[in-house]
Amino acid sequence: MAKITLDGIGHAYGPARTDTDYALKPIHHVWEAGKAYALLGPSGCGKTTLLNIISGLVIPSAGRLLFDERDVTRLSTEKRNIAQVFQFPVIYDTMTVAENLAFPLKNRRMPRSLIEARVCEIAAMLDLTGDLNRRARGLTADAKQKISLGRGLVRSDVSAVLFDEPLTVIDPALKWELRSKLKAVHRALDLLMIYVTHDQTEALTFADKVVVMNDGRAVQIGTPADLFERPEHTFVGYFIGSPGMNFLSGRLTGRTMSTEGHALDLDHAYPSLPQDRAVKLGIRPDYATLTAANGLPVKVRRIDDLGRKRLAHVDLGSQPLVVTVPNGMSVEGSDARVSFDPRRTHIYVDEQRVEGIAA
Amino acid sequence: MTDTRIWDNRAWFFVVPVLVFVLFSSLVPMMTVLNYSVQDSMGQNNFFWNGTGWFQNLLDTSTEIGKRFQGALVRNLAFSFLVLAIEIPLGIAVSLCIPKRGWTVGAVLVIIALPLLIPYNVVGVIWQLFTRTDIGLFGAALTGLHIPFDPRQDASSAWVTIVLMDVWHWTSMVALLCYAGLKAIPDAYYQAARIDGAGRWAVFANIEFPKLRKVLVIAMLLRFMGSFMIYTEPFVVTGGGPGEATSFLSIDLVKTALGQVDLGNGAAMSLVYNLITLTVCWVFFTYTTHVDAREQA
Amino acid sequence: MSFVLDQISLRAGDQTVIADVSLTLEPGTMNVLLGPTLSGKTTLMRLMAGLDRPSSGHLVADGVDVTGASVRKRSVAMVYQQFVNYPTLSVYENIASPLRVQGLPRAEIEARVERAAKLLRLEPMLKRNPAQLSGGQQQRTALARALVKQAKLVLLDEPLANLDYKLREELREELPRIFAETGAILVYATTEPTEALLLRGTTATLWQGRVTQVGPTAQVYRQPDNLDAARVFSDPPLNELAVTKAGPMLAFGQGRRLPAEGLLSGMPDGAYRLGFRSDAVRIGGGRPGLLHFPGTVAVSDINGSESFVHVAVEAAGTTWVCLADGVQTYEPGEAVEVGLALDEVFVFTAGGQRVAVQGLAATA
Repeated sequence: MAKITLDGIGHAYGPARTDTDYALKPIHHVWEAGKAYALLGPSGCGKTTLLNIISGLVIPSAGRLLFDERDVTRLSTEKRNIAQVFQFPVIYDTMTVAENLAFPLKNRRMPRSLIEARVCEIAAMLDLTGDLNRRARGLTADAKQKISLGRGLVRSDVSAVLFDEPLTVIDPALKWELRSKLKAVHRALDLLMIYVTHDQTEALTFADKVVVMNDGRAVQIGTPADLFERPEHTFVGYFIGSPGMNFLSGRLTGRTMSTEGHALDLDHAYPSLPQDRAVKLGIRPDYATLTAANGLPVKVRRIDDLGRKRLAHVDLGSQPLVVTVPNGMSVEGSDARVSFDPRRTHIYVDEQRVEGIAA
Repeated sequence: MTDTRIWDNRAWFFVVPVLVFVLFSSLVPMMTVLNYSVQDSMGQNNFFWNGTGWFQNLLDTSTEIGKRFQGALVRNLAFSFLVLAIEIPLGIAVSLCIPKRGWTVGAVLVIIALPLLIPYNVVGVIWQLFTRTDIGLFGAALTGLHIPFDPRQDASSAWVTIVLMDVWHWTSMVALLCYAGLKAIPDAYYQAARIDGAGRWAVFANIEFPKLRKVLVIAMLLRFMGSFMIYTEPFVVTGGGPGEATSFLSIDLVKTALGQVDLGNGAAMSLVYNLITLTVCWVFFTYTTHVDAREQA
Repeated sequence: MSFVLDQISLRAGDQTVIADVSLTLEPGTMNVLLGPTLSGKTTLMRLMAGLDRPSSGHLVADGVDVTGASVRKRSVAMVYQQFVNYPTLSVYENIASPLRVQGLPRAEIEARVERAAKLLRLEPMLKRNPAQLSGGQQQRTALARALVKQAKLVLLDEPLANLDYKLREELREELPRIFAETGAILVYATTEPTEALLLRGTTATLWQGRVTQVGPTAQVYRQPDNLDAARVFSDPPLNELAVTKAGPMLAFGQGRRLPAEGLLSGMPDGAYRLGFRSDAVRIGGGRPGLLHFPGTVAVSDINGSESFVHVAVEAAGTTWVCLADGVQTYEPGEAVEVGLALDEVFVFTAGGQRVAVQGLAATA
């Protein structure tokens, strides 16, 4: 078990002259031993490049990669002492489930009795005990992927376990079960795990800390609650949450924001910003509610009934918002008002969040 | 599962020309052979019924034709076995050495494919000259080293020559088929194996070989058929000799049917020959479909 | 054109794949087929399209029996979960392909393709090949092809399942609007309850090849007729509890008892199954009107705006999924109290038929 340090790791597939040439812009970060991390972002955001750098398939064009204090930047995959689970199941066709799980241990000449004990332990965690003596070939894709997961988890001496979108082939109905299982396995095994995905549910459920990536950059590294409550970048606000955060453009002076001809009093002051600065106000649909009496006047376009809750799509002047419709409230006509929970609003300048001072 | 698709049977009209063509190209000639195999002739185009007489001859080693036929059959099977035993492992080995990416891939593949592009009789001529003890590089070199070698006089030399020639000619095909099979294995498998700490042999035994199995069955089928029906090359190199040492079924058949104008025996031989290839083909086919079905389950 | 499925069944060997399905689909309507993987959604769509022939029953389009008619003679368009496009044709030619088959004049083709491309925001990509497009754009191309055809029956088989969730959110809003203008019958297969709710229209829940309930989407969600329909229409999975009512008390689990309050108070004695969704059980104790149980957190599943906490409730002998708003992390093993809102519980007979639901009088 080890911690992993990314010391200015960056990568460009061609020669890097400007910032945009980097598929992965230089990043400094320390991944602590025993923690679970997720790399989350849309396709092409650089998360797979970063994973490949850690696993040794790609040698970064800038920076150093340290496992504990050891520089492994140029070491080959097999010398790095890591385990990896791929997007599609990789199983050894000719072996039984037990032999598949034992394979990484057997190759490292572990004593037979220890192998057996470890295989049983991992199989029990993943509900594979009943299949141990079956041939791996005939199993379903779900079961095969569980075997791949098991092979990734079977070694207790690895520096890290890497997961590359491991639930892609899993039936949607079974996904939550495996997500939960992986989380439990992490708690039980105390290994550093790094999980790459474009699915927020997988990332937020699995990880202690999530690295949100966009356009080759790590835009925020934080706990799931941080990402939801305090998105540091508008992209995080948009990408985390279904639906994502609302952003209202306007101008800020002192504690008052003016937008679409209305003045909005904020809970915080932003003395670092000049007067009459163009800003964006971010508010999650969960904290913006449709009200009968006070609040900003809006036009209701549509109300979606999601069963557990109702969401109204409204326009404040020319700017669209999604807000929560409180339980039991009936909306007549298209005129309504919206109020924001002042403790949950954030101010963004150039897409970055500005920390306010409680007034 | 019962078939519930909705069919439009008009498409069968398009198949009619093919059926007519097949009728003329194979069924009609086949019927002629069948005709000869059950009749005898005294010349002047007078035929009379001979029943299974010709076939009994073939099975009976006391007849000259039976002895020759069975000898050729045994030689042919031995040849096919030898060829498979050498070409399949060698082909796999070669395919493992072909680079997987980069500019060298194209160059290596073209070089490997070269023997496949040479006409059969040219291959025969090349090896005939190559192994000549007077002017052939190979033959003369061995003779110079005082190793007894003469495909025209010595049976074992003839066999070495013909087997070597077939290996030279056809190992490429096995290698190319295996290479295609290897290319189809996703990179993730190799990465996973490296991460699992598997050595080169373990990667071959646990990933590459199992994934090559289907390709290998096809390669074996093609090479069996090819070697079992071989004619041109040994005909050019040894003419079936010395003696009858390299007289395979096809050579023997031509000798019987065309050389000696023994139509009855020739026709019966053709049919039995044909039957053997069909049977082997069928066995291979049922084996592969059986394996497929088992893997589906 | 109205489209009627009249007692459609499909058997394969001794297996019944589709069992006695009857549906009536009206022009200009959105019809959702909601069911888990392998519940028969795709099979049913293939039958509607005319790709397969039912073992029994009839398909009637505008009063005409079309049961055995081949797919080419019907006015049908279909979009699949996988992005299916012609790889060698440009986006423009991909969209135009069904019109070329119909032999429409060039000007008409151009006008229709441009309209569809505009609606699906594909105008800048018309000259590209599908391989140069993102997944979302590829699926838009497939959708545009279905749109230009102006088919009377449009079948969408989990069209958004392979897209990233942000793209899914966007396209999910646009789709019904885009096709609504055509006046076609829309059939949309999905595994996700939320998607069904967003699409509105009519929902038929499918379970093991059988339609378990048909009705307006919100009504099916709030008033499931039976346990199967309720299970299909619940994500995360429906929480369940088997109880036996005897007089004023409910017995459940290993000899636990509760007073039979609310809906249950008026019911005859006997065995029942209670079903309730995650939002009917909240974490935290001491709230009035809720029935409280102690439990242990197994895991919490966070989908971005909501957290679903799986709590092992010892008294019930099972694990319940409880809703928590926002992103909340509960550690596995943490002791919590969960509160169940009894008036949000569906009551089913032991056989799975609904006997009571919020807003309905008991019928048994």
